[in-house]
This record gives sequence, C-alpha cells and structure tokens, in this order.
Amino acid sequence: MTTKEIINPANLVYDKTSILTDNVMHYCPGCSHGVVHKLIAEVIEEMGIQNKTVGVAPVGCAVFAYNYLNIDWQEAAHGRAPALATAINRLLPENVVFTYQGDGDLAAIGTAETIHACNRGENIAIFFINNAIYGMTGGQMAPTTLVGMKTATCPTGREPHLNGYPIRISNLLAELDGTCYVTRQSVHKLAAVRKAKRAIQKAFENVIAKKGTSVVEIVSTCNSGWKMTPHQSNLWMEENMFPLYPLGDLKDR
Amino acid sequence: MAKIKGAVVIDSERCKGCELCVEACPSDVLGMSPKVNTKGYHYSEMVNDDACIGCAACGYVCPDACVTVYKVRID
Repeated sequence: MTTKEIINPANLVYDKTSILTDNVMHYCPGCSHGVVHKLIAEVIEEMGIQNKTVGVAPVGCAVFAYNYLNIDWQEAAHGRAPALATAINRLLPENVVFTYQGDGDLAAIGTAETIHACNRGENIAIFFINNAIYGMTGGQMAPTTLVGMKTATCPTGREPHLNGYPIRISNLLAELDGTCYVTRQSVHKLAAVRKAKRAIQKAFENVIAKKGTSVVEIVSTCNSGWKMTPHQSNLWMEENMFPLYPLGDLKDR
Repeated sequence: MAKIKGAVVIDSERCKGCELCVEACPSDVLGMSPKVNTKGYHYSEMVNDDACIGCAACGYVCPDACVTVYKVRID
C-alpha cells in the first residue's frame, strides 16, 4: 500500500483538534507552550466542555493564549490570574475555570494571589509552565532559575548568596489544605506528553467535581532563553531541571 | 503476520522547523526538507515512508499542531 493510499480520513489516528484555532502560534520554534496549549485543547474537546470553559491568560509569553484556543478567555493583570479566576468561578460556579501561567507570572509577581487562591481552595485549575527563565522579556533570571544557571541578569550563573535559591512552588502549594491535586509533569517525550494530558484532564475533572484547587506544573524548555536547540533543551532539562523539579504527583486527594 | 503501516502529513506552512518530531520518531521516518516555507523555516517531511508505523509520537510532541497521522493494518 502506498503512502498516498494510506492518507485517507478512514485511517486517521492523530489530527489537530478543532478547539485550536488556525492562527499560527507566536511562540519560538520548539517551545513547550505549544504542546501544553494543544493538550488543554484536546482535553476540552474530549470532555465536551468547550462552551463552559473559561481560561484566564497571564502576562508573559502566553499572553496571547486567547488567540489560540476557541473558548472564552479573560486577560488578567500580571500575576493576578488566580484572583480573576476566583471572581469568575464565584460568579459562574457551573463554568470550568482555569488559569494558564508561567513562572514569572505565577511564582514571582503573582505569588501572593496564587498562594491565597490555593489556600482558599478556589474551585479552579492552575496550569503552571515552569521553564526557569523569563522568556518574553529576554531571558532574565526567574525565581525558579537553577543555582549556577546563566541568564541575562546573572551572566555568571545564579549565586545563592546573592540571588537566593530556586523556589519549588508546587511543593509549597501541596502543603496547603485548599489544593486537592498538585502534580509536576513535562511534555518533552511521547510518554511524558500522555501523562501530562492525563494530569490536565484530572484537573478539569476536579473542577467539575468541585473538589478544590488543582495545580499542574509543567516543567518546560525555553530554547531561545537557554540559547540551545529545542532538542538540546530537552536533554538539558532532563539532566538539570528534573533533579530539582522531579516529575510526579505531589498531592492527590 | 499483520503489518502496521503509517503515513504522516506535515502542515508545511504551520511548521517552524524545530525538529522535535524528527528526534521523537522511533523509526527515523522524518527529516528536514531542503525547501523552506513562506516564513523561511525548513519544514519536516517524510523521508523514509516505508518505515512509518503510525505511532503518532511526532504528532504528540509537535508544539505547533502541524502533524496529521494515518495508520492502516495490512494483513
């Protein structure tokens, strides 16, 4: 059978979901954001919740997330996505509300909002993209930057006596009674993508079941900020990020 | 024995040439085209059609959702 004969709608096994719009994403080639957008879109399609899902977009690279997923969106001020999601969820309790935030948004300027939304057990899902750098503004040091990692604002590497230590925000959030599900995933390989998708689905299911706050951290790459190719970034992430940010469920109740 | 055969279609205009699909493919089916799309990126394409098993690993790791995968079972 030739390739042309195989290419037939009857044999389709994988395709772009219709929840993703036809807009080409503005992310750099190989950026993990694209995979996470796609997974969220796939889960929304499979669960049939397109009409009642409200996303809250952050400030950072994902600021234009509302251009790519065909659902309702709200754009939050920098770091305030969980506060806005709280309001949306309290006014529209039957809707499925999630925030999509990077490490600059969630772990730096929005730490207070994040911690208090989780502590109140707001019925929202938080998707946290942790790439250990400020991507949009040009690769500056983030709270999650690894010790010794070089960025634009710590060109000789992060030094703990000067810059402090990387913050494991998911471990911190797992300590709070308001969170029902905290997990750390990655999207660099087929198996990891499948696990991340299950985690995203579980977070949405928890919101529908009104169980509390679900946090899904995705350890990601920023190949432009890290100055590597996408494949090198994946290898670097496995070698350097996973020891500090180990993958797996931190809390599930 | 039944044989699984797959085929991959890349949306060459959406592709940004990150090569993650090339690295993800377990059968070395994909490669980068010498041609570029209108954005100037070399896009990925099937270079070894017969080896494709339709596992969709390329599709799952693609950040720009430009991969469509087909699969047939040949008895």
